Amino acid sequence: MHRFGELYDVLDGTTRTNAKVEAIARYLRETPPEDAAWAVFFLTGQRLKRLISGRMLRDWALRWTGLPAWLLADAHAAVGDSAETVTLLVHRGASAESETLPLHCWLEERILPLRAQSAEQQYAEVTSWWRQLSARELFVLNKLLTGGFRVGVSQLLVVRALAAVSGMPRATIAHRLMGRWQPTAAWYRGLLDAQRASADPSRPYPFFLASPLEQAPQALGSIGGWLAEWKWDGIRAQLIRRGGEVFLWSRGEELVTGRFPEIAHAAARLPDGCVLDGEVLAWDERGVLPFAVLQTRIGRDKLTPRVLESAPVSFLAYDLLEHRGQDVRASPLHDRRARLAAVLDGAPGRFLLSKELAAGDWRQLESLREAARARHVEGLMLKLRDSTYGTGRQRGAWWKWKVDPLSVDAVLVYAQAGSGRRANLFTDYTFAVWQDDALVPIAKAYAGLSDGEILALDRWIRRHTLERFGPVRQVVPAQVFELAFEGISRSSRHKSGIALRFPRIARWRTDKPASQADRLAEVHALLPEAAPNGRP
Amino acid sequence: MTDLVTLTPEGLYCPQGGFHIDPWRPVACALITHAHADHARRGSREYHAARSGVGLLRRRLGPEAGICGHGFGEPLAFGDATVSFHPAGHVLGSAQIRIEVGGEVWVISGDYKRDPDPSCETFEVVPCDAFVTEATFALPIYRWDPIDQVMGALLGWWDANAAVGRASVLFCYALGKAQRVLAEVGRRTDRPVFVHGAIDALLDAYRCEGIALAPTAPVGARIKGESFAGELVIAPPSAFGSPWMRRFGDASTGFASGWMRVRGNRRWRGFDRGFVLSDHVDWPRLLQTIEATGARRVLPTHGYADALARYLRDVGVAAEPLETQFDGEAEDVE
Repeated sequence: MHRFGELYDVLDGTTRTNAKVEAIARYLRETPPEDAAWAVFFLTGQRLKRLISGRMLRDWALRWTGLPAWLLADAHAAVGDSAETVTLLVHRGASAESETLPLHCWLEERILPLRAQSAEQQYAEVTSWWRQLSARELFVLNKLLTGGFRVGVSQLLVVRALAAVSGMPRATIAHRLMGRWQPTAAWYRGLLDAQRASADPSRPYPFFLASPLEQAPQALGSIGGWLAEWKWDGIRAQLIRRGGEVFLWSRGEELVTGRFPEIAHAAARLPDGCVLDGEVLAWDERGVLPFAVLQTRIGRDKLTPRVLESAPVSFLAYDLLEHRGQDVRASPLHDRRARLAAVLDGAPGRFLLSKELAAGDWRQLESLREAARARHVEGLMLKLRDSTYGTGRQRGAWWKWKVDPLSVDAVLVYAQAGSGRRANLFTDYTFAVWQDDALVPIAKAYAGLSDGEILALDRWIRRHTLERFGPVRQVVPAQVFELAFEGISRSSRHKSGIALRFPRIARWRTDKPASQADRLAEVHALLPEAAPNGRP
Repeated sequence: MTDLVTLTPEGLYCPQGGFHIDPWRPVACALITHAHADHARRGSREYHAARSGVGLLRRRLGPEAGICGHGFGEPLAFGDATVSFHPAGHVLGSAQIRIEVGGEVWVISGDYKRDPDPSCETFEVVPCDAFVTEATFALPIYRWDPIDQVMGALLGWWDANAAVGRASVLFCYALGKAQRVLAEVGRRTDRPVFVHGAIDALLDAYRCEGIALAPTAPVGARIKGESFAGELVIAPPSAFGSPWMRRFGDASTGFASGWMRVRGNRRWRGFDRGFVLSDHVDWPRLLQTIEATGARRVLPTHGYADALARYLRDVGVAAEPLETQFDGEAEDVE
């Protein structure tokens, strides 16, 4: 584990992406495949499931150190990460780099076998390792146990490193990392192998992602070269119909076929050997339903007839990646759309084609975009008609042109310390608006302030605390912030009666006194005309 | 037993002596523990401090301030109180303030550390009945490594960058930390170190007190366009990410502070490296110091004051926090 610990330090010790890619490539070149496979596993963000939770690790540290539980909780709040907190508490300056067991041995001979052991045995094993390891290796061990490496390495950097080491194109490597795989030496060799046999039929293609349009659309040139369609507000997904089977992948690379049986069932009537890129949407005979309706289906494994009836779903396709068993991503968009239309011709009602929006000029499109919220879509998508289907976020071919967010001026009422990177500052804020003479909380947000503003606000919070409830501070209700949010829906779970979607801070309104912040009634007025289960 | 130190809107106050300690608003008579901005503020009529810290205090308070310097241990009379300054080991001239009234002894620690530091006096344990202490790093996660280990890492970082022609820019508080780093670097190598103007301005006060620092040169004295490849540069935190940094090209950045013990603090700011070097006492030494003073009552003033107070009460020591306006390590720029 020693060399993996070294790699971790190098990755952690620079903010330069090129330096990180070089460090990963160097490590992979010098590492046997059985260790490299595990390194790729962890660096791409995968974790060992159902092993040791952060909570368990902290409980063991509690037992090991004899500290009071409340003090360990305070320490955890200051660090924001269980593995790190435990490392800082238990490491006692054990000898440095005498550790020689390879990474895969640590995982396969020591860590994975923990699953089969009793809690008492696990405690004995893990604490015996704690005694032996240096601070760095102790941290790496705790991370391996609880998962979630987060060392500033994205999937893309790992792909770049693997491409550099193997000489294979990035797109191929990215594709081979999709789906489910086991970190074995054989798998790793196959990953880098140019002469690879055909893939597992369930394996999805990497998603092509749009960039936000930050300039006026006129900068994109003549409108004729662009295809415009609605930006649908659902779950981005890839539908695979191969070898007589159906696979539905979410953008987060989760297999969600079982969650949407209506779609899976209807897909059986699509021609074999095709892959569709599209959106899972809540949809009834009148059209698309608000995201809040789809939300009742998300994360739900048990589907009752009631849920299926109140939140019916459909798959709306906007691209074709495979046709008659052939990868067609290199074909221009207009050709892929023609093939998609052919594939969906005669397809069951659950499968819809995303219609192209007709517009003579950019101005017409702009007015269409303004109507987006009322239609329960997020805005427009602009795609170059002759573009190929790329991998990940490549700028230039696909743009997302979202509607302007909604906004509200709210008062800061509570603050809490952030986690991870912001563990020592108050960065989790709760905002409220007026209802008669009282302030009613409507949202929590943490993003949107500059570093300087965060520091200034943190200082203000410390000096204007009214009361403390554990880690939460109630502050003098004096600071006003403009919050931006994507949407608003009714919520019986919140005292305010509403829930905001993706709230973040747009501006610190130092010019506005708290008395002039918005009223709850004004926020309620922003709710869409239709009730979630009503009709537009 | 009446308290020898109370909390007023202006700050900590000794009623028997008629003076304030590190007040945050202007007062008639202020005793100052050390020259950091959150402890030494302008506007008071009369200031008292340890003699070796007067130079730095003068820079903080301005040329018009009336400052009296006193030797460590020298007994002074203020009203009914006998007062003396004792080394705190935080920065040059930092002091604890001992107050005695009728046999009852209170000690205000100011900010302090126990580790040896070639750039300032070493902390002196002062026995007392009540100990008013800082609690900046009062959590068991804060434990410092030996200075040789930290300096080894720092010099290793400098060397590795130099080997690839890159500058090393180390950020740390201009008053105290920067000079400590320079003193420690000076003991281990005779290579010169470049310093930001804000730090350069404070070096005389140290050199005049006979503190040996590495040879330094101000960054500003370099001709425009001259490369800093392979050099070590020390700057205050406010210079990070500013246009001033451009002259160093593709430099590696580091931050020297006790806060670097927690990864999240370094990553939030965006420094490449963190060096856990602090001028405050860590958890084990804090508890050790409290015990060594023999104090039956402890009053933490800032930092993790609540946690420290609760921990002490659990082990039978009377403790309650004082709500002061000391920020701990405030951003320090001249």
